[in-house]
Amino acid sequence: MRKDYNLEKRKYVIIAFLLVIASIFGCRLYELQMSDEKYKESADINAFLKKTLYPSRGLIYDRNGELIVYNQPAYDVMIIPRDVKTLDTLDLCRTLNITPEQLRKRFEDMRNPHLNPGYSSYTPQRLISHLSAEDYGRLQEKLYRYPGFFIQKRILRQYNHSLAANVLGNIREVNAKDIKNDNYYQPGDYCGDLGVEKSYESYLRGIKGVEILMRDAHGRIKGRYDGGSNDVQPISGRNIKLSLDYELQAYAESLMVNKIGAIVAIEPESGEILALVTSPNYDPTLLVGRQRGENYRALVNDPEKPLYDRALMGAYPPGSTFKPTQGLILLEEDIITLSTPYPCSHGYINGGLRVGCHGHASPLPLKPALQTSCNAFFCWGFKNMVDRRSKYGTSADAFEVWKNHLVSMGYGYKLGVDLPGEGRGFLPNAQYYNKAYGEGHWSANTIISVSIGQGEVLATPLQIANLGATIANRGWFRTPHVVKEIQDTILPDELLEKRYPTIDAKHYDAIAEGMRMAVTGGTCRRANIPGLDVCGKTGTAQNPHGRDHSAFLGFAPYNDPKIAVCVYVENGGWGATYGVPIGALVIEKYLRGYIPPERKAMETEMLNANSKLLSGVKKH
Amino acid sequence: MITSRPTPSIFRSLDWFTIVLYLLLIMAGAISIYAASYNFDNASIFDMSAFSGKQIQWIGVSLGVGLLLLVIDARMYETYAYPVYVTMLMLLLVTIFIAPDIKGSRSWIVLGSFSIQPAEFAKFATALALAKMFGAYGFNLNAAAGNYVKALAIIFLPVLFILAQHETGSALVYMSFFFVLYREGMSGLVLLGALFAVVIFVVAVKYSTEVVFGVSQGEFIVYTLILATLLGMVLFYCRNLRMVRNVLIWYMVSMGLMFVLSNFDVVEPGGWFFIGVIGVTCIYLLIEYLQTPMRKLLITVATAILAMTFMFSVNYVFNNVLGAHQQMRIKVTLGLEEDLKGGGYNVNQSKIAIGSGGWSGKGFLNGTQTKLKYVPEQHTDFIFCTIGEEEGFVGTIAVMSAFVLLILRIISLAERQPTTFSRVYAYCVASIFIFHFCINIGMVIGLCPVIGIPLPFFSYGGSSLLGFTMLLFIMLRLDASRFDKNH
Repeated sequence: MRKDYNLEKRKYVIIAFLLVIASIFGCRLYELQMSDEKYKESADINAFLKKTLYPSRGLIYDRNGELIVYNQPAYDVMIIPRDVKTLDTLDLCRTLNITPEQLRKRFEDMRNPHLNPGYSSYTPQRLISHLSAEDYGRLQEKLYRYPGFFIQKRILRQYNHSLAANVLGNIREVNAKDIKNDNYYQPGDYCGDLGVEKSYESYLRGIKGVEILMRDAHGRIKGRYDGGSNDVQPISGRNIKLSLDYELQAYAESLMVNKIGAIVAIEPESGEILALVTSPNYDPTLLVGRQRGENYRALVNDPEKPLYDRALMGAYPPGSTFKPTQGLILLEEDIITLSTPYPCSHGYINGGLRVGCHGHASPLPLKPALQTSCNAFFCWGFKNMVDRRSKYGTSADAFEVWKNHLVSMGYGYKLGVDLPGEGRGFLPNAQYYNKAYGEGHWSANTIISVSIGQGEVLATPLQIANLGATIANRGWFRTPHVVKEIQDTILPDELLEKRYPTIDAKHYDAIAEGMRMAVTGGTCRRANIPGLDVCGKTGTAQNPHGRDHSAFLGFAPYNDPKIAVCVYVENGGWGATYGVPIGALVIEKYLRGYIPPERKAMETEMLNANSKLLSGVKKH
Repeated sequence: MITSRPTPSIFRSLDWFTIVLYLLLIMAGAISIYAASYNFDNASIFDMSAFSGKQIQWIGVSLGVGLLLLVIDARMYETYAYPVYVTMLMLLLVTIFIAPDIKGSRSWIVLGSFSIQPAEFAKFATALALAKMFGAYGFNLNAAAGNYVKALAIIFLPVLFILAQHETGSALVYMSFFFVLYREGMSGLVLLGALFAVVIFVVAVKYSTEVVFGVSQGEFIVYTLILATLLGMVLFYCRNLRMVRNVLIWYMVSMGLMFVLSNFDVVEPGGWFFIGVIGVTCIYLLIEYLQTPMRKLLITVATAILAMTFMFSVNYVFNNVLGAHQQMRIKVTLGLEEDLKGGGYNVNQSKIAIGSGGWSGKGFLNGTQTKLKYVPEQHTDFIFCTIGEEEGFVGTIAVMSAFVLLILRIISLAERQPTTFSRVYAYCVASIFIFHFCINIGMVIGLCPVIGIPLPFFSYGGSSLLGFTMLLFIMLRLDASRFDKNH
């Protein structure tokens, strides 16, 4: 029995070796299992095929419950490139009814990182979109022959009328920016573009569901994960009821055929927009389906800019439709009383300046001045206010007061309509003129044209119509909006609150009366429809680029207003030429539901009128 | 033979600690196989047509055989060590000719409905033969060079036959016997040299692309290592401070000169410079040896020359001796190649499976990677994945701890053996387990190249389970008779 204790110590070397290796393994396992999430993700990507279940998008109705926009199923051919094995290209092309070149092009586009930045051979990629029902049926039968292929059901929008495309908007595929900004989206999803489709996207889109399938190393589906208990059913989008009256919208659009401009009709009490017309418009069905991209490009390149919503975005000189605001400011600032007369000698003549006017009695107070749309009256009033140093100190300070009243009436800033892309018009402030003329080097006469809605002042037809609603309500308005109800939700408060301009309500009656007088015996006589008590104000806005714009602002009835309207026809000439008759017809159509025979002649005239000839826009 | 005390009964002297660990491991193994091969539709762990069911049958067989091995008189093992060894060699030889070709390997003998792999049983036979040789009266490994030849012959005969069966993995297991030789007196330098060779190999292959100082990064590191080794060996091994000083001065002068000259573009740095520095150092040491003949000086010089030769042959060996798939496996392990579809696929999927387990795993039978067959060989060589995925970090550490505990227990049993035969045999067992443990788990977690050897008691396979059981139970039987006085 020999025992070598020197050699026995060597067991420690062997033990140490084992323990060192085991510790290295321990560290490695810690790194793999505890500190690195990427393996978990890889495992999920490996094993789970997450099939998105798309919710049905919310439907859109008009204020009377008529269905406007609904869904139609479409089928996209999806592939997981990694799982696609040998492919019988010819058979596939026959099935899908496309040429091999088109198929090759699709494969190239799919892999092109510029066109498809989210490409990965491990995740579902769209090969072909919007398959027709027959092609879908044929492919469905043969699908087993194409490993890695599956069909994704999608929805497309369908329209019952080709109206109000500017309000409805459309849907498009999300781009890289959308995906970055909102993690709801994945490549290939659709989102609303323009109109309520965009502004109410979060209500309309619903909530996507997901079906988790398991697949093995060969890409074969091995059934649902955990019996489907982790699947999430999609939740349909909310339906939306527009405030638009589609009958009125259709009628108003027909009146604007061959004219460039806008009509905005608002229900004064609620701020709900009854009709929102921009002309020229386009057919919303153009932006559905496979041809969307091509049609969209054509619309963008159209010189008449049909995608430009003139009712919301157009910045027009308000012209004489601006005069009611001036009357209100002068009354509020105690510059005039209802009996203060100003002279008009065929115009405003002061300090070597002359603003022309037309023949009527002189001198005259506010109401007749509104009735006759007297330029001189409002120029005098503006001069008396802006140059009243005793009250305001400087012209600049006085002008700021003037401007702030207008801002409170909704000019110069976005009103906050529930549609994307609203313009803010333009309202200069004192600083603007200080820059242009030098501080202290300008006075009322320098900028006198703003008092009659010319010069620097610009407004959107929506802002002008909103003034009509404010006067109709005798001193308040609600933010104009196109959505009346959202299913299972209430509208946001900012659309329902009353907003009060900084003008005392008591001054509005006089303005309304002046506008009534304009209809009964002034510039708006063509709107004098018995029984409707229309109040109105014409506008003839000078336009440096061509013929004057024809505008009309009105509401009716005088005592219990149901509708306020702004009509703006580019290059239409006098306010009375297009603005008044179109405004009157819209009001009558809404209040009566029909146009009686005695105004059929006016209706026919307006329907057939063509102001585009004078617009200077060349259509190619 | 006079017995002063009655020998304690075998059941009293049996090491129950090891047996309990063994039972726990085979049970965990059967459950893991069930989990790894669970297919969503077949349900019972005892389904005899499924892998788990078959494994349970093999567990039964193993327990029977284990019991039988405990009943046999301990002396029989020593007596019949050589005959068993020779029989196994014959079996291995026969296998080469009668085994069908399964994926290029001829190692399975088909016996009706099941097949066995003789290589798995050759391990305990080799261990017995090695122990028998060491147990011979007055045997001392270092007494004669012939003893090394005999020991290596016992180890490498089965290796030759197994290599002929194209079972490289199983053949490599026999390298573990070097631990035993080390324990029984072989110089530690052999193990150190092997470690050094591995380092040179890894470095030379891994860093062969970038150029530093006129040579590839890998060569640069190896040259530096050799220079440091020379200095280190003179300092710690030869313990001669004067020579250390001279070598150090030579290093600094030559390197400073090189640095200055290459800075002024007089000469280009390159491999010749390092070879020159090392060469001059070696010549200097040889001159010192002529004055004071110290064997350690010769060994030092030989080490440096061997290391350089090895380095130059690494690239040749790597590119010309190793097969394409072996090259790829090594490159994947060293992180040189991704190749997730080919050579790197197994290891990548295996890492994903283990990594996705997290702290406590996805739960029994809930592993998606293994269930959905992403990891090939998941019920055999890659069984550790299933544990990692379903039982998480807790599970993998528990299994590893069990193995470490078992091996430590075997080493402690080995050291308490009264006879050299028993001790050497027990060390063989420990070494084989260490090798399987390190290589299998290292491979699954991507730390060493894919070498197809099973994880003892876990990997599916009757031969492997039975082989390890026999290895362990013979040791237990020898241990149980440690109080016998007849030696």
